[in-house]
Amino acid sequence: MLRSRAVAPILSLQDAIAENVRDGDAVALEGFTHLIPFAAGHEIVRQGRRDLTLIRMTPDLLYDQLIGMGCASRLVFSWAGNPGVGSLHRVRDAFENGWPRPLELEEHSHAGLATAYAAGAAGLPFGVLRGYAGTDLVRYTDSVRFLACPFTGEELAAVRSVRPDVGIIHAQRADRAGNVLVEGIVGCQKEVVLAATRAVATVEEVVDDLRPASPNSVVLPGWTLKAVAVVAGGARPSYAHGYYGRDNGFYLAWDAISRDRDRFLGWIRANVLQEAGAPT
Amino acid sequence: MTVAAARALRSSDVCFVGIGAPSAASNLARALHAPDVTLIYESGPIGCRPTVLPLSIGDPELSETALTTVSVPEMFAYWLQGGRISIGFLGAAQIDRFANINTTVIGDYRRPQVRLPGSGGAAEIARSCGQIYVIVAHSRRAFVERVDFVTSFGHGEGGDHRRRLGVRTAGPTLVITDLCLLRPDPDSKELTVFSLHPGVTREQVREATGWPLGFAPEVAITPPPTPVELAALRDLNARTERSHAAG
Repeated sequence: MLRSRAVAPILSLQDAIAENVRDGDAVALEGFTHLIPFAAGHEIVRQGRRDLTLIRMTPDLLYDQLIGMGCASRLVFSWAGNPGVGSLHRVRDAFENGWPRPLELEEHSHAGLATAYAAGAAGLPFGVLRGYAGTDLVRYTDSVRFLACPFTGEELAAVRSVRPDVGIIHAQRADRAGNVLVEGIVGCQKEVVLAATRAVATVEEVVDDLRPASPNSVVLPGWTLKAVAVVAGGARPSYAHGYYGRDNGFYLAWDAISRDRDRFLGWIRANVLQEAGAPT
Repeated sequence: MTVAAARALRSSDVCFVGIGAPSAASNLARALHAPDVTLIYESGPIGCRPTVLPLSIGDPELSETALTTVSVPEMFAYWLQGGRISIGFLGAAQIDRFANINTTVIGDYRRPQVRLPGSGGAAEIARSCGQIYVIVAHSRRAFVERVDFVTSFGHGEGGDHRRRLGVRTAGPTLVITDLCLLRPDPDSKELTVFSLHPGVTREQVREATGWPLGFAPEVAITPPPTPVELAALRDLNARTERSHAAG
């Protein structure tokens, strides 16, 4: 597919999500512990999207919130927990009890899902890795098969590529042409933007010049994105390297908030649905 | 348990570190006898030197103190699968007599009693690191005859099962618990006790294990933690608590 080299428009968060995320889409909101696009996810909750396939290596608190609000019917993931704390109670409630609606799981290993994103970015139908052999993961997904290396005969795993309808990331900054810079722990943000049909980035700020960049900066040209929205603090309670730290206290507190359905709904009402810009 | 695990690491090791107990043991080793051990976390940082234990696998502390930070696809493809990691350090919810590890689900996969986080990096860590150390508290709940779900393939059905699957790495070579140290029998690959922690009896370990547990011909007594080791551990924990409370 040939993409036009249009400059990514800088939109409001509300417009960036409304124009790109539709009911039934496969949506990947990425950011490996760092730069998790919470604000963009909350906008999806406010817009009441339904029946999404949510893809993410580490579902984290953000997917607990989206799934607890009934936005998704399917979750593709490789590690679903509150890191260092415990379970994602809303994900478990959806999977185990169908609350607020049933959730289907497609489960991978990190290496498998990372390979699937990279294959998606490369426009390939599948990726190859030396993995999955002997594990029970292969019994519960049709996205992994084994094949023989055409050169050596070694048995390798093939994983179906992930090509989401929408890829969403949070980044440190963009310039006025919509070029976006990510640095620190860069996860698979580049892969998810390039694998997606439509990509959206929220950023801490817009600057005249992206520099100075750190040695591991990833710069995504504006023409790889459909929209950029400025949302200062858009990754909280995760963190944005160079801007603010991780709110480990909130990750610990989430365990109690999310354990109870009513307390969870109360938290969402107070902290997501009533945020500025929310339709009232 | 943390001290016993830390002792297994050397400065020359390149260690892929799981979060929780493996991370505590690895950083304790770095504070003690293995100052130059290379610690790698799956979020991308290589050569981490954190002063406090990270809560998550991608805390800022990790990339800020790392020699370099790579992307997640690169981490798994070039560094782990590429065979550059000597030790993989994993935790477990269940481990069986052939050191297969379950971190996915207790009970039936589709109707689970307990849904656990899943593989994360573990499945390919177990496959691609030179060898695997496992750290897990000893109980009948954890040490089961057969795991409910093989998340990370250890020695499969035992014997040469790894080799038959074309896996060339050593797999689990050491299991550290709060009661003892175990390693696979060289031939059968069944986990056997080769060292008991001070004051622990064979009967106690048998009681806490869900299969008829074997013992090595000679069972040692694990040296007790030294004052230096205990002080370093307390120090690390105190710094970590202060840091996480401060948010």
